[in-house]
Amino acid sequence: MPITITMPALSPTMTEGKLAKWLKQAGDKVAPGDVIAEIETDKATMEVEAVDEGVLDQILVQAGTEHVAVNSPIAVLRGEGEAPGAKPAPAAVPAPATTVSPQASRSAPAAPPAAVAAPSHGGDRVFASPLARRMAAQAGIDLAGLRGSGPQGRIVKHDVEAAIAGGKAAPKAAPAAAATLPGAPAPTAPIVPTAGFPPFELVPATTMRKTIARRLTEAKQTIPHFYLSIDCEIDKLLSLRKELNASDEKLKISVNDMIVKASAIALMRVPAANAAWTEEGMRLYKSADISVAVATDGGLITPIVRGAEGKGLAKIAAETKDLAARARAGKLKLDEFQGGTFSISNLGMYGIRAFSAVINPPQGAILAVGAGEQRPVVKAGALAIATVVTLTLSSDHRVVDGAVGAEFLKALKALIEDPMTMLL
Amino acid sequence: MADHFDLVVLGGGPGGYVAAIRAAQLGGKIAVVEREHLGGICLNWGCIPTKALLRSAEVLHLAQHAKDFGFTVEGIKVDLAKMVERSRKVSAQLNAGVKHLMKKHKIAVFEGHGRLDGPGKVAVAKDGKPLADLVAKNVILATGARARALPGLEPDGKLIWTYKEAMVPTVMPKSLLVVGSGAIGIEFASFYRDLGASVTVVEVMDRVLPVEDEEISALARKSFEKQGMKIHTSATVKALRKSSDNVAATVELGGGKTIEIVADRVIMAVGIVGNVENIGLETVKGVKVEKTHVVTNEWLETGVPGLYAIGDLVGPPWLAHKAMHEGVIAVERIAGIKGLHPMNAANIPGCTYCRPQVASVGLSEAKAKASGRQVKVGKFPFVGNGKAIALGETEGMIKTVFDAKTGELLGAHMIGAEVTELIQGYVVAKSLETTEADLMHTVFPHPTLSEMMHESVLDAYAKALHF
Repeated sequence: MPITITMPALSPTMTEGKLAKWLKQAGDKVAPGDVIAEIETDKATMEVEAVDEGVLDQILVQAGTEHVAVNSPIAVLRGEGEAPGAKPAPAAVPAPATTVSPQASRSAPAAPPAAVAAPSHGGDRVFASPLARRMAAQAGIDLAGLRGSGPQGRIVKHDVEAAIAGGKAAPKAAPAAAATLPGAPAPTAPIVPTAGFPPFELVPATTMRKTIARRLTEAKQTIPHFYLSIDCEIDKLLSLRKELNASDEKLKISVNDMIVKASAIALMRVPAANAAWTEEGMRLYKSADISVAVATDGGLITPIVRGAEGKGLAKIAAETKDLAARARAGKLKLDEFQGGTFSISNLGMYGIRAFSAVINPPQGAILAVGAGEQRPVVKAGALAIATVVTLTLSSDHRVVDGAVGAEFLKALKALIEDPMTMLL
Repeated sequence: MADHFDLVVLGGGPGGYVAAIRAAQLGGKIAVVEREHLGGICLNWGCIPTKALLRSAEVLHLAQHAKDFGFTVEGIKVDLAKMVERSRKVSAQLNAGVKHLMKKHKIAVFEGHGRLDGPGKVAVAKDGKPLADLVAKNVILATGARARALPGLEPDGKLIWTYKEAMVPTVMPKSLLVVGSGAIGIEFASFYRDLGASVTVVEVMDRVLPVEDEEISALARKSFEKQGMKIHTSATVKALRKSSDNVAATVELGGGKTIEIVADRVIMAVGIVGNVENIGLETVKGVKVEKTHVVTNEWLETGVPGLYAIGDLVGPPWLAHKAMHEGVIAVERIAGIKGLHPMNAANIPGCTYCRPQVASVGLSEAKAKASGRQVKVGKFPFVGNGKAIALGETEGMIKTVFDAKTGELLGAHMIGAEVTELIQGYVVAKSLETTEADLMHTVFPHPTLSEMMHESVLDAYAKALHF
């Protein structure tokens, strides 16, 4: 009996995703656990594993298709020996996700592939007349960038005409470029001439980039940020790190790993800082799940060292290294970057002395770590040299008050400047 | 002691009374000044009573063709007085209805001749005597229009009629000359022809119903001529000579040839002029009048603060529904309502209630092409529609004009039974800016005349199913 493979919900809030790649082709044998496809959500690339044995009979949604609704059929699996092209069983294979969100169950369970491929602006719906949609598509204008002048802000013909006239888009630029040389590869990102600006390359935003844009905008617009900075001497910490790394060849603990550990302990000592604002109330987390910001080609992602307060430095170092590597490869699992109670962002390796970071919602605070550098310090009335790092805490004032933030930094400074206490 | 109002509307026609109702809904003290009948020409001497007369003509026509439907009606007798009486009753009922609406919305009605008396002031007089002095924060001029009179061809109300006399005939003219083949002229031509008069139409343009699509004009002419109407296009009435009970008209035809047409009565329907006189425009500085119409911007503002003008007074199309819509826009503009939109002239439908009916919205095929667009044109004839055949109404056509590039519905043009009730489907489509794709995906009920609207769209893309 053929089995329909449907678009899995990889997170409780996922309603659609991009079918990035098929790793099995029609006719390939698959066994449970085989990775058959890769799906790009707004957060990461995820693998779809087969749960049944059989032969991949038909691929219903081609690789590269965006906005594939959760639970819509993407492929058909037939048992070995079954005739190809048979009608799939009506009952769909349960999606690998363990939780099914209300959103997911609301989406059409049996939407035909054509329907899911229809263009929809993921997230907020764009209201536009059919004529405006078509004219915008013909002119290569993104409706999301237009202001609607129609009833209730609906984008109408006039708005698209105004956008074309105003040079907001470059009608004909792309087709002209494509038509110059038959057989020449079409440029992926056309060079767009625009009135008042030098020529630029318009790079389509990835799902991840759009998510970053949305979340950071939300953070800066809705969270009342405030910033506290403190200088910590890290000469002791550096020598401890050297000793520890020398004790085992395989061990490679970074300064950042030690700050992760110190932050986790400090959060346990000042639990009011390990908090998040929600409409229902203030969450005071019982463990310090530290999100470590990792820069990737596609943008920033924050894999989590869970329960860092209880993990040894060696474990934190190993975990962080593994998470960072997989983050850069876009292979993080959902639970490895969703959640977290506190974030750390480190730009010390670029020589940045101090900076303020944007809070990673729905968390309550983020620590920005600058470069450790030798600075003149005054000790007992005399000038001395110490290696100093500037830490800047961005806090959500709705849940972390100034005094709480200051207490946390004080606790953190004590741990960093006397790192042996971390090992207690 | 002057009465103070938030808004005074000068003229109680469809534009004026609707503006007053909308203003009352938004709150405030509102007055309407009307010199004759609430409801204006439309309700009392225009759209409505002619529809009543044309309905009589239609029923007569059906009775005369009873045989086609399998029965015989004998002894059909036209009682012109009763037809007129019914028409007047219809108007009276609606006139009472508007009075009731004014009362319901607590709108003060001043029955008299109103004129501006300086900015924000309206003086009302009845029979030459002052009746009331009104002070208003805002004034909307909605004084309408009247039939245009050509020099030397002035109506006398006896042998040479305007719409007004044509509406209340006491004797049935045996022969009738209609000068002008716009909506008003053609509707009367159709009515009197159905009642048995010998009708001749003289039109200065090269076709009847000159604002309609050329193809529709041609079909209408063919149909009228089949009914026995004589039609002269590109023809001009040079002189009218009245005898005791008929009129001899000198008509110059297209080629320069002159003929004489003798008819019992003449109906002059050669357009209308705005009622810009005696309304005190000279008492406020800054109102511009062009070709008998008050000039306004898209918000119906005259340029004088607090002074607006709407409807026939501000120019074509001279249609009640356009006036009503303008009334609402002007009032909402005054009220400062956000997100207000000016009217899109391309989306104002027009209906002519001759037999066969004519209705249209948007650009004609020729105008669409003249605008430089590549167009796709769809046509579907009544003879291909099941409901039309069942009704015995196989004459007519529905035509659609699309922009070939964008699929925008540029215009729709219809001729045939009940098309005046169909056109709104395309008007909604145009207002919502649908493309051919949306219209194709719309399910039209079967069996209805409206299916032809679907087929016409399909035909524009060579997909028509039933023809």
